[in-house]
Amino acid sequence: MGKFSKLITEPLRKTNPITVLVLGVCSCLAVTAKMKPAVVMAISVTVVTAFSNLIISLLRNGIPARIRIIVQLVVVAALVILVDQFLKAFVYDVSKQLSVFVGLIITNCIVMGRLEAYAMSHKPIESFFDGIGNGLGYGLILVIVAFFRELLGSGSLWGFPIVPKAFYAAGYLNNSLMILPPMALIIVGIVIWIQRSRHPELQEKK
Amino acid sequence: MNLFNIFIKSVFIDNMIFAYFLGMCSYLAVSKTVKTSFGLGMAVTFVLLITVPINFLVNKYLLSDGALAWVSPQFAHVNLSFLSFIIFIAIIASIVQILEMIIEKFSPSLYAALGIFLPLIAVNCAILGCSLFMQERGMNNVAEATVFGLGSGLGWLLAIVGIAAIREKIRYSNIPKALQGIGISFIITGLMGIAFMAFLGIKI
Repeated sequence: MGKFSKLITEPLRKTNPITVLVLGVCSCLAVTAKMKPAVVMAISVTVVTAFSNLIISLLRNGIPARIRIIVQLVVVAALVILVDQFLKAFVYDVSKQLSVFVGLIITNCIVMGRLEAYAMSHKPIESFFDGIGNGLGYGLILVIVAFFRELLGSGSLWGFPIVPKAFYAAGYLNNSLMILPPMALIIVGIVIWIQRSRHPELQEKK
Repeated sequence: MNLFNIFIKSVFIDNMIFAYFLGMCSYLAVSKTVKTSFGLGMAVTFVLLITVPINFLVNKYLLSDGALAWVSPQFAHVNLSFLSFIIFIAIIASIVQILEMIIEKFSPSLYAALGIFLPLIAVNCAILGCSLFMQERGMNNVAEATVFGLGSGLGWLLAIVGIAAIREKIRYSNIPKALQGIGISFIITGLMGIAFMAFLGIKI
């Protein structure tokens, strides 16, 4: 199992899809104002990445190279429709909050990036674990960003108030700037800064 | 909503990058110089201008609830909207392919400017996102959808040219090593987003 556990843990740290490879940033930032949509989004992306990796890897020898992008898009789009219908059926309120961003998993660069870079050239089982690992790496950043935005912006986590009432009585205010989109970018910037300070080999050469 | 209102709103207030983070991947990857980012911005605007109205027509006459009533009354209760993701992305991918061939044939100079970016655009989230927003916000007619597509494209162009200009300027600044490149680009985009929030209060 050593190889498989490595496939899952590597993307959490050194080959993180968002902070190192800079893939999948598009849909990542808009859903992180609260913890709940962020976790749902992370799970959806993990499922789509894992299964599209598995399916494309099974089909990889039968796909003509010229039309592979279209084939990949169709497989991913079919999976995303399944996820979207599932979310609408079971967690309708979250699916409303995510709005178009569930559909945008189709063009999420992580999914396409892993299909191109990994699934087209590896065996199905390995590709499946690679998909799970990258989905989790993406989810980790999502949850970190959502944690700080919800804690500082709304004073709650997962919808439960965390900041004590006494703080508000003493004049503490929620920083409503954290809820607004630009702060998500700045938090991701800081996460990248911390990660690259700890792993100097990731720093960009001029 | 009049057309001018939609245009201003989609360029400044609901800017694709600063309000919805759509198309961030190519935005961060290609914004190293103003010249290439202008080329990519033009290509995105061009593709949005064409795909959003087409997807609007497809949505109105094929996919939305009861849309097939024009074929025959017995289809009036058919609702195909669950297929919209797959249809939209297929339309976008094929239009990008066709556009590439047409431009190559009729305008080699435009092809030289846009050519390398066109294949990238099929998987740019801004394009699919714009079509999905068009569907979600319930645009009324083709004119509104066209203006919405054009405005979103120009907003994206504005954002990418802006950050490319700033990145050219900061190339020789003294930035902490770990923050160079992607890190500082994220933070600059955040600051630009805060600047764009000034447009939020505008009522037209």
